[in-house]
Amino acid sequence: MRQLDFRTPLIGVDSVDHEARLLRLWTTSPGLKGFFTSVDHKQIGIRYIVTAFIFLALGGIEALVMRLQLAGPNLSLLTPAQYNQLFSTHGMTMIFLYAAPVLSGFSNYLWPLLLGSRDMAFPRLNALGYWIYLASGIFLYTGFLTGNGPNDGWFNYVPYASRDYNPGLNEDFYALGMVFLGISTTVGAANFIVTAFRTRAPGMSINRLPILVWGTLTASVANLIVVPAVSLAFFLLWMDRQFGTHFFDPAGGGQPLLWQHLFWIFGHPWVYAIVLPAMGMVSDGLPVFCRRPLVGYSLVALSTVATMILGFGVWVHHMFATGLPGLGLSFFSGASIVIVLPSAVAVFAWLATIRLGRPVITTAFLFFSSMILLFVIGGVSGFMTASVPVDWQLTDTYFVVAHLHYVLIGINVFPVVGATYFWFPKMTGRMLNERLGRWNFWTMFLGFNLAFLPMHLTGLLGMPRRVYTYNDYAGWHVLNLITSIGAFVLAIGVLLFFVNVLRSLRIGAVAGSNPWDAPTLEWAVSSPPPPYNFSVIPTLATRHPLWEDRLGGGGAVSSIDHGMLLDEGKETIGTSALDGVPDMVLEMPKDSFAPLLLTLGLVAVFVGLLLKAWFAVGIGGAVVALALLSWFWPRSELREREPARG
Amino acid sequence: MKYSPLDYLGSAAGVRAQAILPLTWFTLLISIAVCVIIAVLLWVAVRRARPQDNSLEMRSIPLQRGDNGIRWISIGLMISAVPLAATLVWTMVTLAAIAGPPAHPGLTLDITARQWWWEVQYNSAHPSDDFATANEIHIPIGVPVLVRLHGGDVIHSFWVPKLSGKTDVIPGQTNLSWMQAERPGRYLGQCSEYCGYQHAHMQFEVVAESQADFDKWQILQRQPAPPPVTPEQTRGLALVEYRCGLCHRVAGTQAGAISAPDLTHVMSRRTLAAGTLPNNPGNLVGWIQNPQNIKPGNLMPNQFLSARQLSDALAYLESLK
Repeated sequence: MRQLDFRTPLIGVDSVDHEARLLRLWTTSPGLKGFFTSVDHKQIGIRYIVTAFIFLALGGIEALVMRLQLAGPNLSLLTPAQYNQLFSTHGMTMIFLYAAPVLSGFSNYLWPLLLGSRDMAFPRLNALGYWIYLASGIFLYTGFLTGNGPNDGWFNYVPYASRDYNPGLNEDFYALGMVFLGISTTVGAANFIVTAFRTRAPGMSINRLPILVWGTLTASVANLIVVPAVSLAFFLLWMDRQFGTHFFDPAGGGQPLLWQHLFWIFGHPWVYAIVLPAMGMVSDGLPVFCRRPLVGYSLVALSTVATMILGFGVWVHHMFATGLPGLGLSFFSGASIVIVLPSAVAVFAWLATIRLGRPVITTAFLFFSSMILLFVIGGVSGFMTASVPVDWQLTDTYFVVAHLHYVLIGINVFPVVGATYFWFPKMTGRMLNERLGRWNFWTMFLGFNLAFLPMHLTGLLGMPRRVYTYNDYAGWHVLNLITSIGAFVLAIGVLLFFVNVLRSLRIGAVAGSNPWDAPTLEWAVSSPPPPYNFSVIPTLATRHPLWEDRLGGGGAVSSIDHGMLLDEGKETIGTSALDGVPDMVLEMPKDSFAPLLLTLGLVAVFVGLLLKAWFAVGIGGAVVALALLSWFWPRSELREREPARG
Repeated sequence: MKYSPLDYLGSAAGVRAQAILPLTWFTLLISIAVCVIIAVLLWVAVRRARPQDNSLEMRSIPLQRGDNGIRWISIGLMISAVPLAATLVWTMVTLAAIAGPPAHPGLTLDITARQWWWEVQYNSAHPSDDFATANEIHIPIGVPVLVRLHGGDVIHSFWVPKLSGKTDVIPGQTNLSWMQAERPGRYLGQCSEYCGYQHAHMQFEVVAESQADFDKWQILQRQPAPPPVTPEQTRGLALVEYRCGLCHRVAGTQAGAISAPDLTHVMSRRTLAAGTLPNNPGNLVGWIQNPQNIKPGNLMPNQFLSARQLSDALAYLESLK
């Protein structure tokens, strides 16, 4: 029996029979059953993206209501209580329910296609990540819709979040919801890391990874390290609130500053986690429209990692005013100034790529290239806050609000919308409309800058953040009115984007497999890709397999149509971490109810904890155990086999 | 349109703010210059783009490997490093100069931040000379003033942009800040850490004045409240002791609680409710009757006094100069 464990995969080319076998193995069953059980990374990726865009729209509407309240001084459209829930929910939505999940969505969809694999390393874990994200998002929004939304900002400082000052369910919804969501982030991060190091096509050595993969990989490592800090913080907060522990309660010897450290040691790396993959989108997408490879690939990849490493050492710049000793502050100030350098590498690489290439203007190009300027504006305002004395004036004014929106909209939303224009043809087989795209871009670009560029001045004129209304001091009124108008223009731009997507889904021009003449593996398969992605596993020889015949230089040729067939089971190839040498046939699991079941069990657990309905916690726990049992039940077809060596 | 009293870019009136101001301008100008340079580079690079026909036939545009472009990155980094290093050095020098509290303060204040007002305690060598006020801080000019910040409930932040940057007020720890005004004047302060419903209306004023004026003010503030003179004032005092005294203090009377602003010299202050209203009899009456309408969520309940009670209370309170 032992020799069954060794098998040399057959090498060959695509054929009708072969494709039929793969289809039978990989296609998700139709209808509701397929919907609830699918582990196909493409379906999961699109679900992530659609859900995240719905949250983007919700968070945007919240922002517009706030901008109405702030359009003039001393308005009373909203009560302070309503305003506080709105700005807190807006932050929670955009940061946790839009910015990170939308990138997970793109990475989920794209990674196996970029890497020449048939799925992520752990397909069921992938499905679990999505279901938990959806469930925790609904959980958090249930709080908001029942008047129990978070009301202490997304940063949720204690003691205001403690029960003494915040007796409602608001903070319990937020604390438990964040612990719940943390499970999704964690399993997703683990999946990305293993996928990056294990399931690449043969020959895709680590120096041939697309920058998007570098970005998401770096972000995932960071998430795995820092999400436990914030999950712990929220759990301790919930314990303080419900069981009278004193982790953050000064009256019982606790420390309000402990919360801030736990939160920002997570929060700052998280900021990088929600921009590095988006920067990767630009690094991969921009060169396609410049008709040349990215300038300084290795430097950009290394700067991605360097940003994150430095990013672990800057969290105290959120706490410069908390009375920490000057010597400590100077270290974090220095680190926050130095972190400009790896970002500058990316900026100059992108500029050089455009300058040395032959740029073609498309909507995607406009979003990617304008992001460079928005990134720089968001970067230099961050540099100003890195100087401790300057930050003592800037912090908690609208200057910081302007800064963070340049970071989050400029470096996340703009690349993501650009990436949608770029990869939508791959996902749907249809092009987004370019003419509507121009309207979409210019409305968003002008609206965004109209809203947020003057806001820097609002802050420099001293307007504090998180106020539900303000006095008519010099300049504030006019600046706020401009911001409100800009916010609505930006919203129209985003609306045009949604319109373009919905319209093009039905009547967009047919795309073909490689409409942009792009160089990477995802463009080698049909649009949309078949369930198994690659009918034969490609073998890579360069970073640009679809350009290598035209770029000249070197004679290395990748093999796209000829490779391992792997059609005897639901299989893909496992390769070594650095060089991408194949060393194992990976058996992939079939569609499964277990991820959804596990999520439903967890919903019962968290609702039970919220309402202190212990029987619900018990039932939920039993469902979770059942789901795990079915998940881990041994299956002979999942037994791993190694290919013969030598 | 009057100038913004919280602006920290136009002028500074205190030693600390004056040290920060040029550094703020320096980093701001560098930032603007960087944005302009990058925008120009980007514009020059993109301007060469070919006119786009709608066919999107990208395949017809030849690819090129071209110059590897590393020079751009290395030169860009070298140029970027210069202002970064300069900022780093200037930051450290400024930090060293203004971070620490003064070794020999001319005045030490204990300030407690509460939802949503500021309690200010003046201490002296003789406990009988101690007094408290609220939301209005008088300091002599040219003298370093040490501020000890105490958290009364949640986190707040002490900020007088014209005099000094922010220092958070955190329950369970005593943070130190200091300020030294160089010019007489009234400088607006604002809570700058989110603290709940009325974070927006949590202001205070720092009144910087000559040492002589300050001494005069201090002597006045040490006096207990004057006894009532008219019958209205006498009835008003009884009402204040009975109703207001559950939370407020009026020195020299039986109103002795300290969970709300000290009213001993309330009429000497320029604003009511932490900068929410100008302090005049009309606003005072409105505030007493309906504070929840003016500052929703604040901790003072509506009073529902009869017209006569109200005029009695007002008669007495107006005597608290």
